[in-house]
Amino acid sequence: MAERQANSSQRQMILPFVDQPGGLLKALHALQNASPAHFLAPSDLKLVAEVFGVPEAKVWGTATFYSLYSTSPRGRHIIRVCESAPCYVVGAMDILKVLEETLDVKPGETTGDGRFTLEVASCLGVCGVAPALMVDLDVHGNLTRDRLNAILAEYA
Amino acid sequence: MKYYRAHVLICSGSNCAIKGCRSVKQACEQEIIRHGLQGEVQVVDTGCLGLCDQGPALVVYPEGVMYGRLTPSDVLEIVSEHLLKGRLVHRLMQQPTGPAGEVSPLSMTPFFQKQKRVVLKNCGLIDPERIEDYVRAGGYTALATALDVMTPERVIAEIKQSGLRGRGGAGFPTGRKWEYTRVAAGQQKYIIGNADEGEPGTFKDRLILEGDPHLIIEGMAIAGYAIGATRGIVYIRGEYELSIHRMELAIRQARENGLLGEGILGSAFSFDLEVCAGAGAYVCGEETALIESIEGNRGEPRFKPPYPAEKGLWGQPTSVNNVETLANVPSIIEQGALWYRSLGTPNSPGTKVFTLTGNIVNSGLIEVPMGITLREVIYEIGGGIPDGKKFKMAQTGGTSGGCLAAAHLDIPMDYDSLQSHGSSLGSGALLIMDDTHCIVDLTRCFLKFFVHESCGQCTPCREGTPALYHLLGKVSAGAGGHADIQLINRLSRTMQSSSLCALGQTAPVPVLSALQHFWPEVEAHLNGRCPANKCVMGKAAGKIAN
Repeated sequence: MAERQANSSQRQMILPFVDQPGGLLKALHALQNASPAHFLAPSDLKLVAEVFGVPEAKVWGTATFYSLYSTSPRGRHIIRVCESAPCYVVGAMDILKVLEETLDVKPGETTGDGRFTLEVASCLGVCGVAPALMVDLDVHGNLTRDRLNAILAEYA
Repeated sequence: MKYYRAHVLICSGSNCAIKGCRSVKQACEQEIIRHGLQGEVQVVDTGCLGLCDQGPALVVYPEGVMYGRLTPSDVLEIVSEHLLKGRLVHRLMQQPTGPAGEVSPLSMTPFFQKQKRVVLKNCGLIDPERIEDYVRAGGYTALATALDVMTPERVIAEIKQSGLRGRGGAGFPTGRKWEYTRVAAGQQKYIIGNADEGEPGTFKDRLILEGDPHLIIEGMAIAGYAIGATRGIVYIRGEYELSIHRMELAIRQARENGLLGEGILGSAFSFDLEVCAGAGAYVCGEETALIESIEGNRGEPRFKPPYPAEKGLWGQPTSVNNVETLANVPSIIEQGALWYRSLGTPNSPGTKVFTLTGNIVNSGLIEVPMGITLREVIYEIGGGIPDGKKFKMAQTGGTSGGCLAAAHLDIPMDYDSLQSHGSSLGSGALLIMDDTHCIVDLTRCFLKFFVHESCGQCTPCREGTPALYHLLGKVSAGAGGHADIQLINRLSRTMQSSSLCALGQTAPVPVLSALQHFWPEVEAHLNGRCPANKCVMGKAAGKIAN
């Protein structure tokens, strides 16, 4: 019953996008933003396919193409460490290593308490303050080993 | 209008926001009120000043004194000393003072002296969230001029004559692109502003959008008038939250003031604009992939021809222009093609916005005339290499650009000169690396990016990028031989000639330039030695991390 209700509220959420040109990506954004585990569940993708009247394969293909969508559950906060060249040159790999050790996860994994998912990302576009990472929508730059714990502490 | 005796302009761009400009601004405003100065001193949010490394930063006018690397407590001193008593706070100043203690103008400091600001003319000077500020700085007069006294053909002729070329990387002449779109048959034409800035080391479009969003609206409206488009879309990276916010705000303000919508400025021209947020894919910077993404599909590039000018968004004639390209348009309309041609070089007129990153003292955003040398950029504007290290190499144009060595420091930075040295101007990213880095190790890092970002549609790119990455891993581990180098060369040529889009065509550029300009260092790896001592010899090679 609860599941059916959730399904119906999600349907309401994406209906406005059906008639919008290119609305599929917006629907995926909306569903993922509403997901407590920050991901698109198989049931979400099935729903999008049904509401938009397109094959489920197309929805999966689109959702897995873009790096901002995830099809597996993630933690409460998502850490995205930039590993592109400008960050790499000024020590991004050390930052990633410290995070891996501190959180005891590898990129793509979620901590046991469900607090953080660690991801590596391509250039975040704040190279003026490299090395940089994003936690959710916040960008943190000029990273040093010593600052990482204070940054993590901001996210419960 | 209210007059103030002093203005405090605080950079509110992303790079400064990361460094805490919000709390600096708050402290500043509170302290001004505490001293009862709120009627005399105005605090204004502005766009990027360019010295991202020295953020959070602010400039106090009328003196034009820049203070940098500020904490909220520093600001208390600036308010009580500078704003209240008129004494400069030397320890926080970012510019030298003369013998009599006079401040040299910001424009005369080494960082700004060689710059020429056309695209960034308002960045750091106006509040990007206030349309009044943009108009007061002369904004929207170019649009009025175009609508009032120029035919669309005349606008295109002016842009063609100016020699403006695309600033996103390919360098295609903008006027010709517009002309093709104008003459193409179609019911509804579109202009798209490309702000899907994904090239590593590039953050110019972000800071242009954050610092002067109305300039892009004006440039796009003029472009729309020229090509006959009544609708425009600004496609902005999903990660660029502040850019999206400021652009949407500026669009609302422009609509309220009759600068977007029906019958703009009393003319017969109607034009409206919307923002479309990306979802994270480097390849969507390619114009046809971007169009696919706007249409709600996987961002896979299309076969060309037909080019977007003929069949673009929803099958209609579409001009896709980079944000920086569009930002040049109002100045060209206002000051003319001849003025524009007086800047830069004959084949690359105008200015270029560069982003300085890596091992450089002043990392940040600069705008210089085309044709300036790499040496001037690195040593005069950029302040040189930090920590007493030596310059080793610079990668121009982003990760898809070539690596240049010390021998190339004096070549002019323009489209053709860089191309003739196996590199490119690209998006204007400049990654500077000191002599502690290894060319093979770095090239692997570049390739890893392409392995991740290849869209997988065409075989040369999908298979070629991981194969190159694997081969470089072998070389890095001291397990490579001359046969591997030959294979790298052959594979690179194949990818360049047969990949569907620029991603696969340019992915081998850093590899080939590394082999060409740094061969002795690469060869040392074939003999089991990494001169920079970065590569771990004998380590199992080639596993591709995700």
